[in-house]
Amino acid sequence: MRIAVCIKQVPDTREVKLDPVTNNLIRDGVPSIINMDDKSGLEMAIRLKEKHGGTVTVFTMGPPQADLALREALAMGCDKAYLISAREFGGSDTYATGYIIANAMRKVEEEEGAFDLFITGRQAIDGDTAQVGPQIAENLGVPQISYAEGIEINGDVVTVKRQYEDRYHIIEVGMPCLLTAIQELAEPRYMHAGLIVDAYNTEIPVIDFAALESRIDKTTIGNAGSPTNVVRSFTKQPKGQGIKYDNVGPDEAVKIIMDKMIERHII
Amino acid sequence: MDFKLSKTHQLQQEMYRRFAENEVKPLAEDMDETEVYDMELLAKMHKYGIMGIPYSKEYGGVGGDYLSYTLAMEEMSKVDGSTGITISVHTSLCCGAIDAFGTEEQKQKFLRPLVDGSATGCYGLTEPGAGSDAAGVQTQAVYDEATDEWVVNGGKVFTTNSAFADYCVLIAMTDRNLGTKGMVALIVDLKSEGVTISQNIKRMGIRAAQNCEVTYENVRVPNANLLGKVGQGFKIAMKALDGGRIGIAAQSVGLAQGALDQAIEYVKDRKQFGRPIAAFQTTQFKIADMQTKIDAARLLTWRAAVAKDNHENYTAPAAMAKLFASDVANYVCREAVQLMGGYGYCREYAVERNLRDAKITEIYEGTSEVMKMVIAGSLNLKK
Repeated sequence: MRIAVCIKQVPDTREVKLDPVTNNLIRDGVPSIINMDDKSGLEMAIRLKEKHGGTVTVFTMGPPQADLALREALAMGCDKAYLISAREFGGSDTYATGYIIANAMRKVEEEEGAFDLFITGRQAIDGDTAQVGPQIAENLGVPQISYAEGIEINGDVVTVKRQYEDRYHIIEVGMPCLLTAIQELAEPRYMHAGLIVDAYNTEIPVIDFAALESRIDKTTIGNAGSPTNVVRSFTKQPKGQGIKYDNVGPDEAVKIIMDKMIERHII
Repeated sequence: MDFKLSKTHQLQQEMYRRFAENEVKPLAEDMDETEVYDMELLAKMHKYGIMGIPYSKEYGGVGGDYLSYTLAMEEMSKVDGSTGITISVHTSLCCGAIDAFGTEEQKQKFLRPLVDGSATGCYGLTEPGAGSDAAGVQTQAVYDEATDEWVVNGGKVFTTNSAFADYCVLIAMTDRNLGTKGMVALIVDLKSEGVTISQNIKRMGIRAAQNCEVTYENVRVPNANLLGKVGQGFKIAMKALDGGRIGIAAQSVGLAQGALDQAIEYVKDRKQFGRPIAAFQTTQFKIADMQTKIDAARLLTWRAAVAKDNHENYTAPAAMAKLFASDVANYVCREAVQLMGGYGYCREYAVERNLRDAKITEIYEGTSEVMKMVIAGSLNLKK
């Protein structure tokens, strides 16, 4: 089985501090980490390889220093890593990013054989869009299941436990397909000390603009080719936990809602 | 000259730090209280390569170097001195002796399981009557020509890891008349008949390390387990200790940095006389001194490690690193407790454990006095 995993290098938001005067995020000196959802997808891919055999190929798109995230992935047990990096790709929004990554994967498939399973993280902690995984699937033309918290493989059938707000869904899908992983999918292992040594004795191939030029439409990449306009960025405001009332009749429910609205001075 | 770690060293350091924080730190207090080392933790260290860092991939090791091993020693010792010495005795003394003096067969048979994660090692030199005067070893090894075996009788003390180790590099006397030239180093399977291992000896610090008396009564060791040649035992023991001292220097740096990091957190929060005590210059100057000494100790440690990695003579650099770093560890841990006052003295905080663990670094694998003998010996002081 050939598994492709996408990861993103993100600033460790647990280490980000707010500028007390401007309220902006201070990003200087903040360490970079592999996005947590992606790392859990990576762990699952390695476990699937260990159980069913095959290889895990990891991709990231980003600046040259994103190779650190790829070395870490290799040191966890991935077999091959590709860095998708070019000045022309800079400023790409999710739409352009999904398009570029899917094309890079297709190029690698032509050279090394088709992938059976694609795994991405659900969303990155810096952008929080949760769009790139599904967009890669659309560009590849493969079925997708997002929010995977469990994955089983039997023959060509993948059974996914998909997280939902108050329940989960069990979905079966044929390969090839794309899954987006949530952090609960698999607790990532540590890097192995010996694999760290190997990871730095490995050349990481770079897929640049020239490598993809023949297969992509130049007007749909980079800042100019991105349809998204950023109006404003802001930090997420944590929302308190809601209250859930089970097994209440309609009359009682109306009373609870009215009481709450009166209590909060809404009415 | 570049004082920056390479990228592979940086990533290893990051991995050791994460492992220490998440796996070792949560167990350290309890292991100290119970004086029992957690076997699951040891298994995890084996699993992630932490017990085979400076050894070749050819034998199943990590393929790292001594510098990366010192990084692991510092990170582990920051949170737990006992874990530091457990790794160090296995890596430097047991594996180090076999790697340097073992034959190809011995490396395949013993070094491979020790560094690929399937076995743990220890090292037996010290005896009740043989400490700094290591030539005073009483344990006897007699060659039995009929069976091509060595028959060992005697007793060792303070054998770290012996409670759970599989193999011991044992130093024994064959011919007392020859003194230091009359010794052998044998690889002993600790499950052999005639080996008895005592309870963990009660100690002031590194209490979770398993440091026992081991007695050998007519223990038969195949001649195939003889390391080096007959008469080389003392040399092998000393060479292993040269490497071990780099590990202990790194352990000292870790104990010191771990204590200082806690003290810095504390002084930023602790308010007296209406402000955080970190705002007082006397606190700031104390911390400036502490960090400066730690950095100096770390650089001496790295210098010794790099000398070993470059196959240069590292005997004196290793002794200097251990002499200085162990002194710094005791100074910094003492001052960290002082900065944290009554709370620092309480077991609720880990600095008191760092202070108790630090004392031994001036004693084992050669006391500070022995380090001065070694350093002075390298300086051509005789006319």
